[in-house]
Amino acid sequence: MSTESVATTNGKTAATAKKQGKGAKVVGWADDRLGLATVAKKNIRKIFPDHWSFMLGEIALWSFVVLLITGVFLTFWFKPSMGEIQYMGSYEQLKGVHMSEAMASTLDISFDVRGGLLMRQMHHWAAMLFIAAMLVHMARVFLTGAFRKPREVNWLIGGLLILLGIVEGFAGYSLPDDLLSGTGLRIAQGMMQATPVVGTYMSFFLFGGEFPGEIIIPRLYMIHILLVPALILALIGAHMLLLVYHKHTQWPGPGRTEENVVGFPMLPVYAAKAGGFFFIVFGMTALMGALMTINPVWKYGPYNPSQVTAGSQPDWYMGIAEGMLRIMPGWETHLWGLTLSWNVFIPGLMMPVVLLGLVLAWPFLEAWVTGDRREHHLLQRPREAPSRTAFLVAMMTLYGLLWAAGGNDVLAVLFHLNLNHITYFMRIGVFVIPVIVFFFVRRWCISLQRHDNEMLTHGYESGVINRSPEGGYSERHLPLSPDHAYRLTAGDRVKAIEESDAADANGVRGKGNTRRAKLSQALYGHDVDAPTAEEIEDGRRHLEHDLDHDDHHSADGHQYDGRHEVEGESLRGH
Amino acid sequence: MRLLNRSAGRVSRLRRGPLAGLLVLLLGLMFTGALYSAFTPAQAEKASKSDDELIQEGRQLFLVGCSFCHGQNGEGITSQNGQYGPSLVGVGAASVDFQVGTGRMPMQQPGQQAATKDQAYSQDEVDALAAYVASLGPGPSIPDKAEYSLDNLSEDEQREAVVRGGQLFLTNCTACHNFDGSGGAMPEGKTAPSLKNTSDKHIYEAMLTGPQQMDVFSNGNIAPEDKAAIIAYLNSIEDNAGYGGFSLGGLGPVSEGMFAWILGIGGLVGFAYWIAAHSTRSEKTEHPEGTDA
Amino acid sequence: MTDHHDNLPAPVDEPIANPGLPAHEPRPTDVDKVAEKRAERQVATFFFLSMACAVLFVVAYYGISLTEESGDNTTFAGLGASHVALGVTLGLALMFIGIGIIQWARKLMADVEIAEMRHPVASSAADRVETLAALNDGLEESGIARRPLVRNSLLGAVGFVGIPLIVSFTDLGPVATPTVRRNTLEKTVWKEGTRVVRDVTGTPIKVEDLEIGDLMNCEPEGLVPVHSEEDEREGVEYLEGAELQSAKAKAALILLRMEPKDQTFSERSPENWSIHGIVAYSKICTHVGCPISLNEQQSHHLLCPCHQSTFDLADGGRVVFGPAARPLPQLPLTVEDGYLVAQSDFREPVGPSYWERDSK
Repeated sequence: MSTESVATTNGKTAATAKKQGKGAKVVGWADDRLGLATVAKKNIRKIFPDHWSFMLGEIALWSFVVLLITGVFLTFWFKPSMGEIQYMGSYEQLKGVHMSEAMASTLDISFDVRGGLLMRQMHHWAAMLFIAAMLVHMARVFLTGAFRKPREVNWLIGGLLILLGIVEGFAGYSLPDDLLSGTGLRIAQGMMQATPVVGTYMSFFLFGGEFPGEIIIPRLYMIHILLVPALILALIGAHMLLLVYHKHTQWPGPGRTEENVVGFPMLPVYAAKAGGFFFIVFGMTALMGALMTINPVWKYGPYNPSQVTAGSQPDWYMGIAEGMLRIMPGWETHLWGLTLSWNVFIPGLMMPVVLLGLVLAWPFLEAWVTGDRREHHLLQRPREAPSRTAFLVAMMTLYGLLWAAGGNDVLAVLFHLNLNHITYFMRIGVFVIPVIVFFFVRRWCISLQRHDNEMLTHGYESGVINRSPEGGYSERHLPLSPDHAYRLTAGDRVKAIEESDAADANGVRGKGNTRRAKLSQALYGHDVDAPTAEEIEDGRRHLEHDLDHDDHHSADGHQYDGRHEVEGESLRGH
Repeated sequence: MRLLNRSAGRVSRLRRGPLAGLLVLLLGLMFTGALYSAFTPAQAEKASKSDDELIQEGRQLFLVGCSFCHGQNGEGITSQNGQYGPSLVGVGAASVDFQVGTGRMPMQQPGQQAATKDQAYSQDEVDALAAYVASLGPGPSIPDKAEYSLDNLSEDEQREAVVRGGQLFLTNCTACHNFDGSGGAMPEGKTAPSLKNTSDKHIYEAMLTGPQQMDVFSNGNIAPEDKAAIIAYLNSIEDNAGYGGFSLGGLGPVSEGMFAWILGIGGLVGFAYWIAAHSTRSEKTEHPEGTDA
Repeated sequence: MTDHHDNLPAPVDEPIANPGLPAHEPRPTDVDKVAEKRAERQVATFFFLSMACAVLFVVAYYGISLTEESGDNTTFAGLGASHVALGVTLGLALMFIGIGIIQWARKLMADVEIAEMRHPVASSAADRVETLAALNDGLEESGIARRPLVRNSLLGAVGFVGIPLIVSFTDLGPVATPTVRRNTLEKTVWKEGTRVVRDVTGTPIKVEDLEIGDLMNCEPEGLVPVHSEEDEREGVEYLEGAELQSAKAKAALILLRMEPKDQTFSERSPENWSIHGIVAYSKICTHVGCPISLNEQQSHHLLCPCHQSTFDLADGGRVVFGPAARPLPQLPLTVEDGYLVAQSDFREPVGPSYWERDSK
């Protein structure tokens, strides 16, 4: 392949070291002690490819930084105590009400600390964005096949980060000890208590006895501000180190190969773009915190185990567990004086683990089915791996359905639907609809593959309609530009394993291999291969031939717009 | 295949501004509104009537508008397929004032829940109907303003009442009507309505009479002064500033999640797109020294 | 160990030869001094705007009062003035920095794409061999393979040290033995003669206080704080703090009066547990423990706002819809001195299921 035209420097000569300036002195002092120059020399100008979808993970990273900053502010005033006091702050409607110190200090932050409510709301919005951005980032990585070798470990780390993010979010949601957070804890406790065999023990240990007790908020506080953030921070560090070590993936395109990475250097362009994006994420959270009320604890009031409000929902990221809890039929088994609550155990504990496990295991499953053990640094477009894309869209559909099921009461009110009917619909829908979506999306991707092949071999539709002397109409096709054509062919498409190929090196056909080949056929057998060089060449010659016979006009459409001289003017005369 | 000349896509300067259409629409609406108000007859003068006259008038109205479902004497009608109007003996004037005053009655069609509509009867007619139904049997009467307002309390007492009202509201009402009074779902397509546009009197009457599927909160259940406290609390949170910004419908975390995704993630992805997008290119070639254009 | 061949990047089918990186096209700011100056001014303007917003933030911080006691203008267009002013100025100050930096990068920083070669992710074969050898040497010198006694006793010691670590967490909470369960999960503060009182106000209830269709949210006496000691009734323990919360989480009660003809009696819900159509049910859902009080007057269906389990209160709290598996526990009621009281505690544990629950 030709990569000669690939630039290797920024077009300017490297700056020669001038006289020992102040900067050099500082660098010298630091390097004498830290010896960082060797590492830094490679990384200061490290290349990052530029694409909007590569910045989704950054949203998550920067929201986490916003969480740390706003979180520190909140810890200065928040009192993680369930001791009962009488609220005497500025919020009139709760003045004199007995509540925990946690709730009272949350109200103080909201009403008696300048900027406190802003920080609280920014913290909450940033938390929502943090997890949402992680999911969007994960979807991007999945759809483009960026999780493939050598990046599987980073995929696992990412999955853990999402799990930890959710735990962290739930712990934070529970801290203010308002009506919603208490109701959420009550549900979590009920779910924990329903765990077979160890449920009661776990619940008693976590809550220090019966629900709610007086120790859960101090414990969650420690989990929320120390344990989980430390784990998240460590994993983010590992995630980023691996990203730097592996170098970022890139889209195939002219000059971009499996062996190189094309983009902008870390200093200055990438640092500026990433740094600028940090300020934008920070600013966006501040604006959201300023203008959009989130978690108005003063309206919920302090937690009271005998109060509840309509619209009692967890934050959105718990929505799927909530949805599963809601649509699960009331199944329970009573045997030998024991109770096994399928209605809580399956949706609350088993399914989240199964779903997360499935997504985390995907890179390994895919590598096994395709038999692909090579490294991949070029991304695939979603259409280039139809079964994979279809799987994710099916999972997203399931997620959406469960999310909707988790808000079925709100949907019922907003859209005048019957609450019970939504539940019945979802009970069937979560099984049926994702399957339909899977086959639909896969077919769609395959059609798009065909369309790409069509463009490569027959050119693109120029929008120019020709009328033949016989009166027939046809659309003129024009060849793709070399860059465009290259971009369409460069992505690799997964090939199904033929059953005859399934024998291992010694010619032994194991049962596993046959099964694998069958699965591979089922998943990838329908995919369309990219056209071969001959086919493309054929097509190109064919197109040129057509054009040659077309009065030697460059077919850009201008000759038909009525303002240009065209031979055979008489045709347009009347 | 990059567009080299960005200006080619630029629109003509003669095109109307984007607000022009909106302005025309607004003008049209205002014009229609002015015409409408000019031709609407003014409210009839109110004349005081004796009780008997009121009951008689109410009976006439009842026979025309209500008896089809509720029977000639308000005794209620049950048909074979279960569609019926319940007996109105003993429901009291408060019930009529609420049901007719909020436009729930007359119902357009029998159903599990009467929807609020524009009021079909004037307040005078509602009073007449209420007087007639009250004459059928003893029941809660239409409350005086003194019953559902805290005006006769001192400021400190009022403040205390609001706090107590809040606790009563969270204990008795939010389960159905939501913490913000914005309503909630009930089984089989029924809903607990929003309390935001309901008058104090109607809220009081609703508690007193338990319309449709709502439970009764009789005076033995929640004392009249506690009912007034609940109403005062609702008014006070309505009067509160949006301390944290716009309320997003007061529906709780579901709507917050939607906003986080659509505005937050949507907006930030938009920014990401802008950050990574190729900026405009020049047709000129690079000059080492960069001459003036 | 994987075949080293596998660590090479996947070969790419290239029916069309790679045309190579397209030539760099300059931006207007690269070639046009005026455009360049304009961009420079634009970027600086964003930074100045940010500074202005930061100053406005400080002005808003000191200038706009937070509470009504310290000033008058606490709202702005119906929103919290201080909050919105601080948020908007902070947000814009940050946004403008971000936008300025990005514009700087887009318009003024060099934008020639550079290619960097990748290195193989795996170490070289020689490195691997060396590492393995070092590992082997180290293990060999330690003698871990040759001295099973030392190795196994060390493993044993490390394993045993884990036990104190685990054991030391025992005091996190009580161990849920049958006795502990009997005094916690399986017991509430209701007992024979406990008065039913209105939640929030704490007043006791007479039969005639309830009309048909009335729903009352109630507690056992002692769980609603009274204002002074004179209001306390003798023999009642008034709880507060965490004890109160834990007791409420099990004892909260729903009182409902319906037409006696609508009621269906059963072994679960005998006739003598209700009085003139007044029934009392636990307010704690049997699914995962939310308090439920969305009742429908006409159908006597009680809906949980958390997961929509629906119970029929006219029929022993039977589940008619949703994820709950067990009926709501009913509290046997009677009348004493004219007031509604409990005949006894609930006859079964209230709230969500647990493994050891004996549900017949």
